[in-house]
Amino acid sequence: MSAKPSNLRIAIVDYGLGNLFSVVNACGNAGIDAYITSSPAEILAAPAVILPGVGAFRDAMECLHRIDLVGPLRDYANSGKPLFGICLGQQLLFSESEEFGSTKGLDILKGTVRRFDNPRDERGRALKVPHVGWNLAVPPADRPDAWRGTPLEPHGREAMMYFVHSFFVVPDDPGAVLAMTTYGDQEFCSAVRNGGTYAFQFHPERSGTEGISFYRKVRDIISDNQNH
Amino acid sequence: MKNLRIIPRLDIKGPNLVKGIHFEGLRVVGKPESFARFYYENGADELLYMDAVASLYGRNSLLDIVKRTSEEIFIPLCVGGGLRSVDDIRKVLRAGADKVSINTAAIANPELIRDASHAFGSSTIVVSIEAIRQSDGRYECFTDYGREYSGVDAFDWARRAEDLGAGELLVTSIDREGTGTGFDLELTAKIASSVSIPVIAGGGAGSARHVVEVVETGMADAVCIASLFHYDTISRIAKADESAFAAEGNVEFLQGRRGTVSTTRVKEAGICAVKDELERAGIHTRRIPIPS
Repeated sequence: MSAKPSNLRIAIVDYGLGNLFSVVNACGNAGIDAYITSSPAEILAAPAVILPGVGAFRDAMECLHRIDLVGPLRDYANSGKPLFGICLGQQLLFSESEEFGSTKGLDILKGTVRRFDNPRDERGRALKVPHVGWNLAVPPADRPDAWRGTPLEPHGREAMMYFVHSFFVVPDDPGAVLAMTTYGDQEFCSAVRNGGTYAFQFHPERSGTEGISFYRKVRDIISDNQNH
Repeated sequence: MKNLRIIPRLDIKGPNLVKGIHFEGLRVVGKPESFARFYYENGADELLYMDAVASLYGRNSLLDIVKRTSEEIFIPLCVGGGLRSVDDIRKVLRAGADKVSINTAAIANPELIRDASHAFGSSTIVVSIEAIRQSDGRYECFTDYGREYSGVDAFDWARRAEDLGAGELLVTSIDREGTGTGFDLELTAKIASSVSIPVIAGGGAGSARHVVEVVETGMADAVCIASLFHYDTISRIAKADESAFAAEGNVEFLQGRRGTVSTTRVKEAGICAVKDELERAGIHTRRIPIPS
């Protein structure tokens, strides 16, 4: 196990939704010293921030507004420091979600959040929603090297990751797509990057040894960012 | 691509992994953490921990085991047994569980499903349905680890649980549980076809072929397996790790291997063997490199 440099103390945002302990454990295993916080000042001062989350988009945005984290998270993202959104945390970074009509998101990444539309398998049978289980993330077809320098770099050209979700993101900018995944007859964007902001629909902290490789690369990205 | 999930189920009593038949006559199988690690390294897609006595005593003794497991095993961990309230669920999640399974308390108070899915997200809440087929062909839900008759119809309850916000259903046939005679395909298929959320089938796996059947005919989205894997694992890790077996309780039969397989029709099979059989039937699974 690698040493834990003290300057890699990164903030995991707690806004009252989701199990943060899996993220803390995976960070610990990858040599990242992570702590849970809902303090705007601590988030703004952190060298890197993870925005996790499980649950409903609207509830999550209400929580973020209530504890006054919407502004600080936008300011943090504007600073260019590494920001990692995971699962619901990914979706929250976007402009709006169609869950329960329409709900405004953090608008750090431009695009919308949509629900699976009656996915079917290759034999035409209905697939269950939520999409729960392991699935492949692959780089966009036109940019096979898109993963270089991202947490997905150690996985080569495909990563088997654990998913639990009914909604997925549709970025306005196709160039922001970092990975695609197929569930039955529906292909969706499973990872996004814009500058220092990265977002993933899957749960790397629950994706076995591949997920640990992911967090080790997160550690390297934060470390490199510190040294520049 | 859809990959079928294989979920080893570990029933836990005190510090021990136990296994019974129809949830009765629990025998000590070994140390849960050792089995959990073995399953993690051999391609388990998730793990299920079920506290076998928590409902009976109204407590949950599993928290320490959950904490240790979640610190070293990075696949989803679902925990059930004796969870009575949103607060109980919060404690298990704070110990490192990713999902919880609720049965007894949800039948007593169905609003718990709504409250819990609102508090933690639907995908965190698995409603466990443990059913026994009645002579008139109906299926009744049982609570308290198969001891108490609830009078609730399993098919009605499955749809209601979905409406209340359950993210998944774990459907276990108590009739088949531990027997190795195969899953109750009728129970699984009827529930799987009546809800839009994933159904995890449990109870009865006695061979890899049974697992294929419950996917093809039973329409299961995931499969929960105990004895089939435990008996295979005993022979693999027993010699390597004596400490995997607790020094107390009903362990003698393990060392002598008396009374384990002979009391059921369970054939031993590992996770790889089950996934091989699924792949041969055209059902996709997640494969990982297995340590030699």
